[in-house]
Amino acid sequence: MSSTTDTAHHGHDDHHHGPAYGITRWLFTTNHKDLGVLYMSFGLLMFFIGGAMAMVIRAELFQPGLNVVDPYFFNQMTTMHALVMIFGAVMPALTGLANWLIPVQIGAPDMALPRINNWAFWLLPAGFVLLLATLFMPGGGPAGGWTMYPPLVLQLGDAFPFLIFAVHILGISSIMGSINIVATVLNMRAPGMTLMKMPLFVWTWLITAFLMIAVMPVLAGAVTMLLTDQYFGTSFFDAAGGGDPVMFQHIFWFFGHPEVYILILPAFGIVSAILPTFSRKPLFGYSSMVYATAAIAFLSFIVWAHHMFTVGLPLAGQLFFMFATMLVAVPTGVKIFNWMATMWRGSMTFETPMLFSIAFVVLFTVGGLSGVMLALAPVDLQYHDTYFVVAHFHYVLVSGTVFAIMAAVYYWLPKWTGHMYDEKLGKIHFWVSAISVNVLFFPQHFLGLAGMPRRIPDYALQFAEFNMISSIGGFVFGFSQLLFLYIIIKCVRGGEKATDQVWDGAQGLEWTLPSPAPYHTFDTPPVVR
Amino acid sequence: MSQAEGSYYVPHDSRWPVFGIPGMTLLAAGFSVYLNGGDWGVPMMVLGAVITIIMTVMWFRDVVNESVAGKYNAQVDISFRQGMAWFIFSEVMFFGVFFGALFYARVFSIPWLSGGDPATSQYLWDSVVLSWPTAGPGMLDLQYQAMGAWALPTINTLILLTSGVTLTWAHHAIKENHRQKVIIGLGLTVALGLMFSSIQAYEYFYAWDELNLRMDTGIYGSLFYMLTGFHGVHVIIGALTLFVILLRVIKGHFTADDHFGFEAAAWYWHFVDVVWLGLFVFVYLI
Repeated sequence: MSSTTDTAHHGHDDHHHGPAYGITRWLFTTNHKDLGVLYMSFGLLMFFIGGAMAMVIRAELFQPGLNVVDPYFFNQMTTMHALVMIFGAVMPALTGLANWLIPVQIGAPDMALPRINNWAFWLLPAGFVLLLATLFMPGGGPAGGWTMYPPLVLQLGDAFPFLIFAVHILGISSIMGSINIVATVLNMRAPGMTLMKMPLFVWTWLITAFLMIAVMPVLAGAVTMLLTDQYFGTSFFDAAGGGDPVMFQHIFWFFGHPEVYILILPAFGIVSAILPTFSRKPLFGYSSMVYATAAIAFLSFIVWAHHMFTVGLPLAGQLFFMFATMLVAVPTGVKIFNWMATMWRGSMTFETPMLFSIAFVVLFTVGGLSGVMLALAPVDLQYHDTYFVVAHFHYVLVSGTVFAIMAAVYYWLPKWTGHMYDEKLGKIHFWVSAISVNVLFFPQHFLGLAGMPRRIPDYALQFAEFNMISSIGGFVFGFSQLLFLYIIIKCVRGGEKATDQVWDGAQGLEWTLPSPAPYHTFDTPPVVR
Repeated sequence: MSQAEGSYYVPHDSRWPVFGIPGMTLLAAGFSVYLNGGDWGVPMMVLGAVITIIMTVMWFRDVVNESVAGKYNAQVDISFRQGMAWFIFSEVMFFGVFFGALFYARVFSIPWLSGGDPATSQYLWDSVVLSWPTAGPGMLDLQYQAMGAWALPTINTLILLTSGVTLTWAHHAIKENHRQKVIIGLGLTVALGLMFSSIQAYEYFYAWDELNLRMDTGIYGSLFYMLTGFHGVHVIIGALTLFVILLRVIKGHFTADDHFGFEAAAWYWHFVDVVWLGLFVFVYLI
């Protein structure tokens, strides 16, 4: 493809420089590939920091009794594990994939707003410096749960304002990154790349970015009210002043429910790219996939109170949110069946990205079905705040989103580095992860159904066996991710040379580029038929 | 697509975002230290604010220089329009939170506390009856007055509506390349914005001292200051932006068909205007 060696344009030298040398390349870069690498590296670092916190949690829960850490520190670990994983690991990793892939998938020279792109990334380390520093402050870090419910969160020590401003800064980062993605997708597509020809990863990210622009300001507003309640005497969440602590939960989950779809929709896009490649068939039901994604995004705004069935909602509210939540299963089911139909009678091969994607389809469905159980208001009264909920959202987030991110890394790593990763090690990484993640989370269903509450460092003796099994699964899963890190580093440093198309069934503009892709691509837009 | 007209401008590198990050971090950390009662909070905030202001000025200076040098083609223009429009959408959602809190308090929590939800009123404040505006069941003896809709808020509504007209007048003038009229229209708009802010400052002093209406006057005081306060900040930012645009008009940066900087500031100003109408109706009037 000649689009990468552009000699037709004179007087645009600023387009044809390579990367700068040294640290300034990474500090000042406006290049979408550099920023994609930065985002993904940051996500990987946070994945291990948040993972270390999870190890502390599972070590404490290995046996009944208070064994390893102080209960207050345990609470900090559950709270920070969630904040770090959501805002530090998964969202940046997905945004990194978006930065790297969207321009090359739609034939654009770069992201629409390159300076904003740089700013959005560098706000992340700022936010996490503030957030992680709280662990060393008098009174410790945030310990009231990542949902920051008042009045509990107001009992926090010096960490409280740092938590609020960290959320603000991470929110600005997300909004800026999302505005950039929407502008890129709507404005930077190559001629002929109509909306309904875009790869599904681009579609899911367009809708995800819209959700982020819509709900991150809502979170910012909610935590601002916490701040003024704490320091400026307001009564938003205080019944004595006519406010209502439950109002915080409404506002938080109006953000929080779209947020969980922000975490899963790009994963849908990744899997929709990988399954057709290794089935050697086009994606089944492309347009229904697009409409299903949009339907899920719409529904995400009208289901938030299913997180609050136990607060004393009016009956009409319980009914509405129960039925609306169950509706989500319809477009999600469309997606699951489309993926199965894509694989049906395909010439399937099982390279590592495909294995992670198939595991995604199976295990995400497990998490989705336990979600339908939780959607039932009368049933949720029993399950609420138990390990059943923990099992549910870890199935969709870990064996769902995180598996999809790993699939994406294996799938596109040859395009990024120019080298094939070590397939044998990749397969070992997959099988150890897929087995251990089930050992880790499946017993938590039983614990929750039997009544074990979440976020408590100790438990009754009857829960001992399943907790020990879960912890063993957790340690294996946690430490097997070091293998993932090793495989990535090994692939970056060398390996078998990757071809341009990399995978023989791969379709799309990114596979027309050389491997590794040059620093600047599609300076002249390709023509898409 | 317009890419064919010439390549899309991607800057070499961008120093100001990274330069500004320590500023924003210091601003946030300094405010936190201040709220926790530390001595270093205010100096940290000042330093952080200075760095952040330098970042903003230098960043916009770069963009303005590139724009004047003609580096932005039609496609870059569309990216800016998209960026500004979605930014305003995020601001709409931000104000939506506080309006939502207002409606929640008036439709749900106040009636529930007043016996609408038997359990709430029995266990918390039995047989208390509240009506809007209220400082809540815990402060029934508090003497304060609500801010009425007439006089100051009405004057401010008229001022903002007029500023919308003068701004649109300036917009028409810029399209006709009539610079003198643009300068007059923009100048009037900025002046009306300043007038609005001054009257609001007076209104705040009046409410605080004369009406005994403060941020700790229960849910009414909380919502009143939160909604009008964030709006007031946006008026000041909008007026500052329009003032910078006025300077750029005087420098001759804009032409009849290329003046997105002006339009972005105008969009923002109209957005702030519309928010005020919502405030006037829901906070002051009913």
